[in-house]
Amino acid sequence: MKLSRRRALHLSAGAAVLAAIPASLLSAAAADATPADERLQQFTGGRTPLRDKITLTAPEIAENGNTVPVSIHVDSPMNRHSYVEAVTLLAPGNPNPGVITFHFTPNSGSADATTRIRLAKTQTLIAVARLNDGTVFMDEKNVKVTIGGCGG
Amino acid sequence: MATPKPRVKVPRRAAAGEIITIKTLISHKMESGRRINKQGSLVPRQIINKFRCDFNGETVFSCDIEPAIASNPYFSFKARVDAGGVFTFTWSDDNGDVYSTQKTIELTS
Repeated sequence: MKLSRRRALHLSAGAAVLAAIPASLLSAAAADATPADERLQQFTGGRTPLRDKITLTAPEIAENGNTVPVSIHVDSPMNRHSYVEAVTLLAPGNPNPGVITFHFTPNSGSADATTRIRLAKTQTLIAVARLNDGTVFMDEKNVKVTIGGCGG
Repeated sequence: MATPKPRVKVPRRAAAGEIITIKTLISHKMESGRRINKQGSLVPRQIINKFRCDFNGETVFSCDIEPAIASNPYFSFKARVDAGGVFTFTWSDDNGDVYSTQKTIELTS
């Protein structure tokens, strides 16, 4: 069967997406798993998140670590058959990496949420989405923090 | 701490099937449990730990909240409106208090 150009591009994009995920986040079984790794594993049920579908928006530079606006959007039909069940935000540079877990339903219409968070210092924020069928996706953004806010 | 006041913005009307944007805010210090006060003591944790939005009794959106959410927690999210009815918003405090408010929405035509 001839591999169409479109299909070949699609397959290689998938491989690139998988390769983009930081190794540390995939190896929580290793002895030096961080609290953020453990939270990620708990949320994903051990599945490897693809770098796709979810977009995390956060400022490149946060003037005040006490209130940093962040948004997530997940590309999903949000109907009974396929919807985003939950999105969790992790701040590995905070004393406690957990920030918030949003729970959506098909009645949400669209998997979008915006809030304001505390960041103790410059770090890479992570957003992970889990669909009703268990598939998981992630995105990350580095945020430079000039005045740290206590993340708790 | 003064009684937390919720403020919610919901459109008054929507077309059937429309996806609306809801904005919510509640005044609350969200003490993370890591702050040292002027007297030098650690202020214990006291935060809003859960938020829920129901429509006509069914949950549309909710969150499990940790101390890294900023003071005066702000949440904006979406809801699909298929019928007229009442949105109920509930915030749960670590100390057991629950704050709640409601907004009505009508369908256009």
